[in-house]
Amino acid sequence: MNAPATAVSRAARVQHVVSPGGVAAWLVEDYAVPLVAMEFSFAGGGSQDPAGKAGAGALLASLLDEGAGDLEAEAFHRALDDHAIRLSFSAERDEFYGHLQTLSRHTEKAFELMALALNAPRFDAEPIERVRGQINAVLRRESADPDAMAAQAWRRTAWAGHPYARSARGELGEIDAVTRDDLVSLHGRILARDTLKVSVVGAIDAETLGHQLDALFARLPAKAQLTPIPEIAIQGLGRRIVVEYDVPQANIRFGRPGLARRDPDYIPAMVVNHILGGGAFTSRLWQEVREKRGLTYSVYSMLATAEHSPSFIGSTSTKNERAAESLSVIETECARLAAEGPTAEELEKAKKYLVGSYALRFDTSTKIAGHLLQLQRDGFEAEYLDRRNAEVEAVTLDDARRAATRLIGDAKLLVAIVGRPEGVAEQAAA
Amino acid sequence: MARSQLSPHSGAAQASSVEAGEGRSAHAGPRVDHFRLENGMDVVVIPDHRAPVVTHMVWYRNGSADDPRGKSGIAHFLEHLMFKGTHAHKQGEFSHLVAELGGQENAFTSYDFTAYFQRVAREHLGTMMEFEADRMTGLNLTDEVVAPERDVVMEERRMRTEADPAAQLDEALNAALYTHHAYGVPIIGWGHEIETLDRQDALDYYRRFYTPENAILVVAGDVEAPEVEMLARQTYGKIPARGEAPLRRRPREPEPRAERIVKLADPKVEQPQFERIYLVPSAHTGEKGEAEALDILAHHLGGGQTSLLFRRLVLERKLAVSAGAYYYSDALDDSRFYVYALPAEGVSLEELERGVDEVLAELQRDGVSREDVERAATRLVADAVYAQDSQASLARWFGSALANGGTVQEVLGWSARIEAVAVEDVAKALKWLNKRRAVSGFLLKDQAAA
Repeated sequence: MNAPATAVSRAARVQHVVSPGGVAAWLVEDYAVPLVAMEFSFAGGGSQDPAGKAGAGALLASLLDEGAGDLEAEAFHRALDDHAIRLSFSAERDEFYGHLQTLSRHTEKAFELMALALNAPRFDAEPIERVRGQINAVLRRESADPDAMAAQAWRRTAWAGHPYARSARGELGEIDAVTRDDLVSLHGRILARDTLKVSVVGAIDAETLGHQLDALFARLPAKAQLTPIPEIAIQGLGRRIVVEYDVPQANIRFGRPGLARRDPDYIPAMVVNHILGGGAFTSRLWQEVREKRGLTYSVYSMLATAEHSPSFIGSTSTKNERAAESLSVIETECARLAAEGPTAEELEKAKKYLVGSYALRFDTSTKIAGHLLQLQRDGFEAEYLDRRNAEVEAVTLDDARRAATRLIGDAKLLVAIVGRPEGVAEQAAA
Repeated sequence: MARSQLSPHSGAAQASSVEAGEGRSAHAGPRVDHFRLENGMDVVVIPDHRAPVVTHMVWYRNGSADDPRGKSGIAHFLEHLMFKGTHAHKQGEFSHLVAELGGQENAFTSYDFTAYFQRVAREHLGTMMEFEADRMTGLNLTDEVVAPERDVVMEERRMRTEADPAAQLDEALNAALYTHHAYGVPIIGWGHEIETLDRQDALDYYRRFYTPENAILVVAGDVEAPEVEMLARQTYGKIPARGEAPLRRRPREPEPRAERIVKLADPKVEQPQFERIYLVPSAHTGEKGEAEALDILAHHLGGGQTSLLFRRLVLERKLAVSAGAYYYSDALDDSRFYVYALPAEGVSLEELERGVDEVLAELQRDGVSREDVERAATRLVADAVYAQDSQASLARWFGSALANGGTVQEVLGWSARIEAVAVEDVAKALKWLNKRRAVSGFLLKDQAAA
């Protein structure tokens, strides 16, 4: 999005397009590069997978471009390839996403093929079995990957008995139970106009987009039929789980409850997380675990805003002999930040980073479209693009201390470790 | 690998501003300026005014393949140590400044080059240049910072390789493919040698390679060449020339004769795989048009779901859940062409390899059609247009090209050269897919130990 962030409104570049049939989209028109990027989503991703069939949504997402209308899978892919169209779908935990990139000279063809994929997927037997095999291959590989194993152990304890305990990418064994009827049913329940959000960036005007939106989405059902997902608090705080595995490093995943995106303390919590373990080479965890002690190559923390159970999670990996030391440093830093809050200097620096780096989210069409989509999903207006940095700048030391207390609280973490960590024992919840 | 397409060096760089070459591609490529400072440092500017940010990169023409024997990993270790402060700026000062400015930074080491970058708001470009220029010659290392950083690199190696049988097989395959050339040594180095690297090793290597004659500045984003040139003269331009660029002394790989087979069985393998790597020319070592023909060949054989391997092995014979091929054209010395397949359940790797060989035999027998070549070219040229959406991608593309002896003009002409590839060129390139030039790898579950 053009022009210095400080001088010109980003929001002013967002056009609100409503198609003749009533489908809405946010559009940033830009002809600098002859491309069109579209990102869209429906509510209800992997969390809508039927019981015992984790991965149904992932399978559905991978099958929409495996044959639609009169085109069988190979013909459909041939049509995409011959026009260099990049089209894919994905099922995340709470949302079902579509991603499109096309050269502007093939925009019509791209929308034509995507309309087929959305409205008339074939679900032929051959691609169902083939894609199931591909997903199983990925899941089998992950089942032996220490980092994925730690995430799984953490998830299964934190959200035991809840759909979030399962991976949106599927669970081994369960993916085999998904039938064609499940896919047809899920497609009919999730892909509906009432939860649809659309963002488009690139070489297309509002009128053209309006007509295309109808061709794409107007035939979908008006209302989604979603299974309600209960709220759930993260369980097992204070617990430590060790999964014995013959690898030289201990993979450590830690976490506790976070804050919802629309919580008034979310922005202060984002600042606090940046100070503790955010994505710069300056965070406390980076300094203490990596720079000073050489315990790891990677250590971070982040806020994850799952709709029904926001979390604050982090991860590192360190040689088994020093796992206890790494964990102890992480726990100490969490407790120290909760007790004392950040310093005024840390707060100022973190705010400067978060304000300054916002511009880096707007340097490719796909990144802009993705960010605009996220704002829509979180219930913001486009005006928020111009307000967001002011909200960060407004965070006071009191706000940060309050957010640190809310976020880290008593510093009790649920910890899952995969490996042969020395000096770290399983621990029941305190 | 669609974005690694560079051509041989064709003479000294001169000040120039060039638009994309001719060709059927409907859209002109990026506008690029290229000039050289008096001390020998190359400068490439790629204006993109869509967002008020810049990507600032410095590339050095040395990578892991230039590590002295017995000191594997030194290029990568030094890359880590470059964040440890200079005589002018103490440890962490640069990183804290970048963070405070809302910037992002990192660095990476490859076989043939090492690069450092920051992404910041446009008004901070001059400051980034000051700091980056300072650490080209002012690095200050003490044992106190070197020792823990060596531990960090050992943890990085443990994370990437020691727990992952697939990564271990990959190391073994490369070591078997390159019997003499340093591409057979992992970029990060062998663990037992990393453990011995010290401050003096790092400084010796630094003094040899970190010079203006060996460096390329690439700036992409919300700038124009005159401003970059002025800033570059005030910063990098003040570093004295060494007199000549450092030499890369690399042994040439001998002509391969023997088909090699490498097997790795481990109880942790849950998904077996088959892969084969052929030793082939790179854009730098190949004859004119040869790398482009290999690009087309790789796409036709194994680029995505409409490729020959995918259709035969996955769709028709159901031997594999996935199959493909890719080619790294972007290398200073002879490079690699990969073919891989993941078996469907119940299919042995021997059966899968036979299937792969049957597809390759079919390709050798029937060759490719005009239509096959045009399809692949359309797709590859489109990827170059997609790359223009990202200033960071463009900066990497030009940086790696120049680091490997290519020119700006050659990068801009890539689409036209791809479109010029003829059926006969691809037929000729097929000669490289000869098993005597290849190593085949089998990743298996160790049933006995499980």
